[in-house]
Amino acid sequence: MTAREEAKKLGLTDLEFDEILKILGREPNYLELSLYSVMWSEHCSYKNSKPVLKRFPTQGPQVLQGPGENAGIVDIGDNLAVAMKVESHNHPSAVDPYQGAATGAGGMIRDIFTMGARPIALLNSLRFGCLCDDRTQYLFEEAVAGIGDYGNAMGIPTVGGEVYFDDSYKENPLVNAMCVGIIKHDKIVRGKAAGVGNSVMVVGAATGRDGMHGASFASGELSDDNPDQGSPMQVGDPFKEKQLMEACLELLQNDWVVGVQDMGAAGVVSSTCETAARAGSGIELDVALVPQRDKDMKPHEIMISESQERMLVIVEKGHEDDVKKIFKKWDLDAVKFGTVTDDGMLRILENGKVVGEVPAASLAEGVPIVKRESKRPVYMDKLQIDFSKIPVTDDLNEVLFKLLDSPNIASKAIVYRQFDQTIGTNTVVAPGSDAAVIRIKGTKKGIAVSVDGNGYYCYLDPYEGGKQIVAEAARNLVVSGAKPLALTDGLNFGNPEKPEVYYQFEKCVDGISEVSKKLNIPVISGNVSFYNEGKFSAVYPTPIVGMVGVLDDVNKHCTMNFKKQGDLVVLLGENTDELGGSTYLQEVLNITAGPAPRLDIELEKKVQTCCLKAIELGLVNSAHDVVQGGLAVALAECCIAGNLGFSGEIETDLRPDTLLFGEGQSRIILSLPEENLSVLNKLAKEIGVKTSVLGFVKSGGLNIQVKQREQVVGKIEVSTERIAEIWNNAIKRRIEK
Amino acid sequence: MNCAVIQFAGSGGDGDCYHVCKNILGQPVEYIFHKETFAAQDFDLIILPGGASHGDYLRPGALAARSKVIKSVIDAANAGKYILGIGNGFQILLEAGLLPGTMLINKDLKFYSEDIFVRVENNATPFTNLYKNGEVIRLTVACKYGNYYADKKTMEQLKTQNKIVLTYCDINGNAAEASNPLGSMENIAAIANQEGNILGLMPHPERCAEEILGNTDGIRMFQSILQYVEGGKIHDCSRRS
Repeated sequence: MTAREEAKKLGLTDLEFDEILKILGREPNYLELSLYSVMWSEHCSYKNSKPVLKRFPTQGPQVLQGPGENAGIVDIGDNLAVAMKVESHNHPSAVDPYQGAATGAGGMIRDIFTMGARPIALLNSLRFGCLCDDRTQYLFEEAVAGIGDYGNAMGIPTVGGEVYFDDSYKENPLVNAMCVGIIKHDKIVRGKAAGVGNSVMVVGAATGRDGMHGASFASGELSDDNPDQGSPMQVGDPFKEKQLMEACLELLQNDWVVGVQDMGAAGVVSSTCETAARAGSGIELDVALVPQRDKDMKPHEIMISESQERMLVIVEKGHEDDVKKIFKKWDLDAVKFGTVTDDGMLRILENGKVVGEVPAASLAEGVPIVKRESKRPVYMDKLQIDFSKIPVTDDLNEVLFKLLDSPNIASKAIVYRQFDQTIGTNTVVAPGSDAAVIRIKGTKKGIAVSVDGNGYYCYLDPYEGGKQIVAEAARNLVVSGAKPLALTDGLNFGNPEKPEVYYQFEKCVDGISEVSKKLNIPVISGNVSFYNEGKFSAVYPTPIVGMVGVLDDVNKHCTMNFKKQGDLVVLLGENTDELGGSTYLQEVLNITAGPAPRLDIELEKKVQTCCLKAIELGLVNSAHDVVQGGLAVALAECCIAGNLGFSGEIETDLRPDTLLFGEGQSRIILSLPEENLSVLNKLAKEIGVKTSVLGFVKSGGLNIQVKQREQVVGKIEVSTERIAEIWNNAIKRRIEK
Repeated sequence: MNCAVIQFAGSGGDGDCYHVCKNILGQPVEYIFHKETFAAQDFDLIILPGGASHGDYLRPGALAARSKVIKSVIDAANAGKYILGIGNGFQILLEAGLLPGTMLINKDLKFYSEDIFVRVENNATPFTNLYKNGEVIRLTVACKYGNYYADKKTMEQLKTQNKIVLTYCDINGNAAEASNPLGSMENIAAIANQEGNILGLMPHPERCAEEILGNTDGIRMFQSILQYVEGGKIHDCSRRS
């Protein structure tokens, strides 16, 4: 077989092979080809997405580390900072949901402690097919157990997340994990292989033949054809990772540590070439020195294996034994297998003999960028309908029951009950509210974190959908009393070679960028996952956004549950005539139709400013934003969470179903003592936001009367007990049938 | 009161226990690494924290119970020092033979993390003397292997000797089946040894010790020990942070 044919078999294109010839000035050998094939895969190189990702705003005075490192870092004041990142593990989770999800969490955690930060919280964002499908139930239960067992064994609380079910994810579930860590400004470590003569070490687990070509596997569509290149699956060992984390955090206290990098996708090769490229240096290494757990491993296997729980450590020459001592305490290996050079080359030796040699930067950054064609999908125009032709449903109680019974709206306690939410004794608001709140020991501060996505809105309108996600994530922090600071994104799409998919990708990024810029919440890290397609369908375009905000006084945090009978319930923002994209249309009436709700960024900004200020001033007892299921579901959630009720009459020009179940944006429900209303109104007027009193908190039931010109045109009358029962058991009853 | 928190390989709740002893109780506290030993006279209270030592491999607590430090823990127990095993720490005490019985996987085979209610069955212990008998308190559980099991003879002994200290119950103190989500025999949440100086419990009192975390029911367990050690002096430090 010629080198060109071999390159093709490894997934490299003709154009890429020509580029390699140009870089090397000769034909590559098999080892070198393997290195390029994994490093130039979409998963490692972002060759399909780079030009578009440049549109993200990544700057801001609060940003200490933007994209390009293991994780992004944002300042929270008092010399403290938060490291955060989202990463996907979609394809492995489709094949082996337990290990796929577990190692996804594991990789994410490593990215955080690699920066020197101690992980303090995990979140996850999960997408599966319909729960009516047996295989989906298996994927769902195993993925949740896999994420849970890994995080639980690591002693890191899982404080939040989201789960959605839709047929588009049936073949290709999405598993995104997010990790948040805390670090002092002066302790930030970066992944650089600087200083000629410094030692390059591998620490942690031994290397085996697991996860071979995992990065390439993640960069193609899922199929039943198994590549005969060893298993692309990785197997996680959270105990080893816990030891590795403690050892690394101890190691990173020393100023003779030059750089650290996680050995994630593409293992040894990615960590060495990326650290060398960042420092403008080279690395010479001997694969025979890497501890191995499989017999007779070939140089290319050692270079590209994705065995878990390993790290690359670069230390000043002469400190190798200090590293070994620390790792021995934690029962881990630490072995020097290379040296930093100044010639820019990644030189690979086997028992002292050179077996491969390529410019490090060409692997890390030299991939030819692919300019993809982008085309507006035709389906988008077909999804617009005339809503006046849809009759208003008479039984609005029944609609509410159906919505609360939707797994996409119902309680996710069955999921997060499997996650340790409180280890670390920092969890102030646990999963189940709009965002989690975590206190920072030794300060008055807290942070709020959330992860959000809405693939359905993005399917209907990628641009508006992208905008909405950032707005919603920020709103979730604001209703918890936190000022949003920065975001990390997980961009999950189908095959980017299809112009319609690329259009979705571009427009979602544009939407995210637009709101991120206007709300001053820069993008500081992220992940792109393409090729999320099965034989029959592509997933909804599903960008997800993880966001962190700060509370200067954690005691002032706010939650969504109604607290006190007699409190007034006030809507911040306005009800709009929007029924498109609603869960009501899609799941109750079985109509998939847009337009997705529009986001007015200026209005959103004002609503958030007003809400945050009201919480800071201590005016309100609860705050909750209106999202899936609309106003009625949001009120029901406040009642269920507080085990209280609501009574109110709402005067409107809108159809009752639009008013109750439409998903118009930029709306927040507040409850507050009556005597605080005038201060709130004054504040809202100054900022330029409308407020309206919806009703009051009472015991026992949810009663809403919708009125048009004094006439009752629709009503909801249900007991809190009944709606809580439906909402609590919706997922459980589907699984346990 | 001199406190020690043992750090087993893979302990996760060590920092939480350290934090409570130091910052909430205001007592001197030290970490003891599992590869070290210590002298019994150096400490009054020795805490075996929660987590997943050795990744729960083999059986939870089984490998940690063979750590070097365990010999010192046994010496301290024999010297009458107070030993508190929480979650995984309870499992280690069982595996080390310091408490009777064993832990099975939870009845629904899943990790279970939630606030639950427990009833105080015996307040005549160094760990519970600030609670009332029959009092219902709220604590957090977070475990996969919290389903306590003992053979008939052991169970009889626990009962006749009044060594069942806490049991799972509903908010009104009734031992309903739904209030025992882990499936524990006789709803057992905590037991003590015959001498009464060792307590193992599955819920996490150290996570329920501060207003900001929404629950202070657990701090009284630590205050109870402190009062016992310091001879009747009650420290009101639940609001310190």
